[in-house]
Order: sequence, then C-alpha cells, then structure tokens
Amino acid sequence: MKLDLILRVGTKVLLPLLLLFALYVQFHGELGPGGGFQAGVIMTGAVILYAIIFGLNAAKRIAPQRLVEAMVPLGVLIFAGTGLAAMLLGGNFLDYSVLAADPPHGRELGIILVEAGVLVTVSGTMTAIFYAFSERGR
Amino acid sequence: MALLTMLAAVTVGVVRMRNLFGVVVLVGAYSFLMASVLVVLDAPDVAMTEAAVGAGVSTVILLATLHLTKSMEYPHPRKAYLPLFVAAVTGAVLIWGTYSLPPFGTADAPIHQHVAPKYLSDSIKETMVPNVVTSVLADYRGFDTLGETTVVFTAGIGVLLLLKGRRRQRREGGGGPAE
Amino acid sequence: MPAALQNAIDHYNYFITIFLMVSGLYIVIARGNMIKKLVGLSLFQTSVYLLYISPGKIIGGTAPILDPAFKVYSNPLPHVLILTAIVVGVATLALGLAIVARIHEAYGTIEEDEIFDRDAEG
Repeated sequence: MKLDLILRVGTKVLLPLLLLFALYVQFHGELGPGGGFQAGVIMTGAVILYAIIFGLNAAKRIAPQRLVEAMVPLGVLIFAGTGLAAMLLGGNFLDYSVLAADPPHGRELGIILVEAGVLVTVSGTMTAIFYAFSERGR
Repeated sequence: MALLTMLAAVTVGVVRMRNLFGVVVLVGAYSFLMASVLVVLDAPDVAMTEAAVGAGVSTVILLATLHLTKSMEYPHPRKAYLPLFVAAVTGAVLIWGTYSLPPFGTADAPIHQHVAPKYLSDSIKETMVPNVVTSVLADYRGFDTLGETTVVFTAGIGVLLLLKGRRRQRREGGGGPAE
Repeated sequence: MPAALQNAIDHYNYFITIFLMVSGLYIVIARGNMIKKLVGLSLFQTSVYLLYISPGKIIGGTAPILDPAFKVYSNPLPHVLILTAIVVGVATLALGLAIVARIHEAYGTIEEDEIFDRDAEG
C-alpha cells in the first residue's frame, strides 16, 4: 500500500508538468528542437501514465474514447485542408505563401497550422492504439 | 565512442535472451542509448522523437502484446547455421562497402554540397523560422509530412479494425474470430 | 595493416551500425517467436537511423538551429528523413503487434514452427 501511495503522489506532481512540456515543445518547435511529432507522443505518454497508475476507466473519463477516435482523421483533415486552402487562394497545393499578406508570414502561418494537425493525429492515434490493446485484454 | 559500444552490448543481450519481458526492458534501454548517441551527433529533434517513441510508446505496446499472448520464447531445437552464415556474409559485404565512404565528420563530403547549404541560408529569409529541421519538414518537404501523417492515420485505423471490441471466447476451438 | 586500422578508426560509427543491422537481420531470420522477430525488425530500423545521421555530422558544427553565434551547422536533411522514418516505424510495429495478438487468438501460439504444423495438419 505504501508503494502505491508514492506512485500516486508522484504521478499527480508529474502529470501537469508533462502536459505543459508537450505544449511547450509543440509551440516552440520553430525556435528550438521540437515540433508536432514529439509533442503528440509526449501527450500520449501523459495519458498512458495516468491510465497505468489510476486505472483505465479513470483515463477514459479524461480522454474519452470517441474523442480520441475522432482525433485520428481530424489531424489529416487539418493538414490537407491547409493545402487546399492554399490552392483555393490561388497558389499551388501546400504553397503557404499565399495564406497571409506577405510570403514569409504566410509560410510561418502554414507551418504552425500543419504542426497542429500533426499533433492532433499523432496523439489521437497513439492513444487509440493504447486503448485498443488494453481493451482487448480485459 | 563508448556509447556505441554499449549499444552493441545491449544488442547482443537482445539476441541471446529468451525471456521476452527481459527483451522488452532491454529494448527500452537500447532506445535510451540510441537517443544519447543522436544527441552527440547534433540531432536534438531526432533524439527527442526516438526517446519518446522508442522508450515510451513502443515499450508500452510491446508489454501490452506480451500480456495478451502470455508467452515465453521456446528454446530453439535446431541450430541456426544458415542464418548465421547469411548474416555474416551480409556484414562482410557491407564492411567492404565502407572503404569508399568519406571519413567521419569532414565538411567537404558530397552530402554537404548540394541542397543543404541552400536550406541553411534561406530558411530565415523565406520562412522566419530558425529551426531548419521544422521548416524543411513542414514547408520545403511538406508533401512528405502529409504522406507520413496519412501512414500514421492508416496504422491507427488498422489497429482499431483488428483489435476493437472484446475478445470473443473460442467456441469449439476451430471457429476462431471471424471478423 | 595500418590502412585497415586507419579505416576502422575513421569508420567506427559505420562498423557499429553494420553490427546492429546484421544482428537485427539475424533475429528476424533465425528466431521463431513472432514478437522477437518484430523486435529484431525494430532493431534493424534503428540501425538505419544511425546510418543516415552519422554522415551528416560535421566535427565542430552544431545542431541545425540558426543562431547568430554559430557559423557551422550539421546537415539538417537526414534529420528530416529520419524523423519521418521513426514515426512510420512505430506505426508498423503497432500494426504488426496487433496482427500477432490476433494470430495468438486464432492459433493459441505465436511460435512459427507450431503455426506451420497446425496449418499443415488442419
């Protein structure tokens, strides 16, 4: 029982730091190492840690299965949608320079949108895979 | 470098070990060592991804599969001479191939001549993003990243198709899961 | 032979990479347990990451994040390719392990020899 207590308190301290670090890595992917993939996997790691310590039902309350399964195609939609928006505004597919007033700002906006899409798909897929594997074994 | 030698030692352990749980733990240690080697090789993005993916998600789903299948590797009845021979021949041919590679770390190797200087010099001017890896990944080579996101999406859908839902109990041992 | 020794010191990275690659290949060919085979495949893939990133490093350079204080940067192009490869690798590992779980449910075992025997007789 004592060991269980240490794990629970430690997890409660670590989880907000993990989620904050995932968001930091995502938004600072342009200024330092980071980007969508790393942030997505770290966010999934936080959900997995919560599920291991507090049980699968508690994890499903904070990250519901339908939301997670809806996130999987949503990220690809955001990515392809950015490309299509660029095409509708007059440029080529995935040519972000037409998205804003001048080309460098447009490309930076395009990069931010695309990384957000990658974050949504990667975290959704990894969490959905984890849920599928653990549901099967119940 | 000492890290690389430790990596080779862990690999020998993975080959020889029979207990699958120990193999999974060694794979986690291997991912951590690989991430450290990548940091030494000036690749912090890749090291972060390898550490998070290899020592995080990959270890967790390996352990989940071990729980689902509950097995340990059987001692192998036949001696594996032919695979050892094939592996040794492949290794010898590859080592013979390294004689024509440029020495490690020189700045005038052919790999640094063509496109990389253009990316390094133009990234801030054209995209205002100092991290060249992110700008190349999301802007200059954005189509590849779209393909990769689609691969992740497809793998997620595949796993959900295969494993969603409760495990049906086998009736007469021959029915098997039909869906 | 000083030439071979000089070659070995210059190319120590590549020798270790080739050793990892060959042991991954050996695990895939020689072992019968399916989970071990998938682990060997993942080992092979990580050795390929080393193979791509080692030539990109310049001794005296730094990580490819542009900053006015540094002049020499390592090559960013392999990093981009390997970033994609790592994520694709874990996606295939997940799919392979899902198939192994279903094989275990259908056959009761995940050793290759037993599955072949059971297919041959049934």
